[in-house]
Amino acid sequence: MVSRFFVLLLLTGVGAIFVSLMFGYVPDDALNLTARYYAENTVRDTGAANIVTAIVVTYRGLDTLGEVTVLFLTAAIVGLVLAGSQQGRLRREQPAPGELLVTGTRLLVPLTLLLGVYVFVNGHLTPGGGFQGGAILASAILMLLLADPLREFSHPLISAIESISGLVFVAIGLLGMVYAGGFLDNRILPLGTLGDLISAGAIPVIYSFIGLKVGAEFSSMMVNLSETEEP
Amino acid sequence: MSTIFIIMSLLLCGAMIVAGLMAVWPRRSLPIVILASGLVSLLASVQFLLLAAPDVAMTEAAIGSGLTTFLFFFVLNRVRKGTHHG
Repeated sequence: MVSRFFVLLLLTGVGAIFVSLMFGYVPDDALNLTARYYAENTVRDTGAANIVTAIVVTYRGLDTLGEVTVLFLTAAIVGLVLAGSQQGRLRREQPAPGELLVTGTRLLVPLTLLLGVYVFVNGHLTPGGGFQGGAILASAILMLLLADPLREFSHPLISAIESISGLVFVAIGLLGMVYAGGFLDNRILPLGTLGDLISAGAIPVIYSFIGLKVGAEFSSMMVNLSETEEP
Repeated sequence: MSTIFIIMSLLLCGAMIVAGLMAVWPRRSLPIVILASGLVSLLASVQFLLLAAPDVAMTEAAIGSGLTTFLFFFVLNRVRKGTHHG
């Protein structure tokens, strides 16, 4: 009874905080200092039409490297934990995947892969980018896995894509330190005209490799989980 | 910032709270809990789209409601096998 009273008290307190936040909210009539800097200088500095991408890849590129590292660590730990379990190919009786799923997968997987590549190649022009495109790629792999749980995926290929993309990402960052203003500076390549596919310096290259890396990491996690079996 | 926009946002918030309650309601089967938490992510991604953050909306839809839900199902499958045979 006492604990329930405390839970109720806590909920009332949190509710009061949110209500005061909601009624005390006054929308800003101008951008704050940082936002104004990005809005005014992004096109001149980076040549990217999508300001979010410019911030994620260039201004805050080191944070993105950290995020990719966290994702890599997660995939590595999943692989490490599952390394003890056997590569269970002998499956227990599994219901066959439905006709609708199999045929739908045949239709949708190429389109999904194409959408994923489109999203990360156009990251500097339209909303989206490496993380979103990579997740879309991984969902195509997930569809293949759902339609045919016994399908063999090439682990060496997935790890090769993952490691090469990571290495290229860091190498481009280091090239930025040598040839341009600093780590992950995108001006090692010409900025081009605003709005072209080949523009914004190294941003499309960096984001494509981030997309491949994220896709490979998610795919390796799911393939690992689905392929191994408890001893 | 029209009135319709605000009403839609509030309705979405309400739907998210309902889906969240579905997820934490006691004595519910685990697959329904996982689906409800995926639903929260899906509604959150629509909310982000309404709030003019399409990048975040795409991430939330692809990772939060797509991959994470299936990852939970894979893990749930594993855990069940462990309890039956381990």
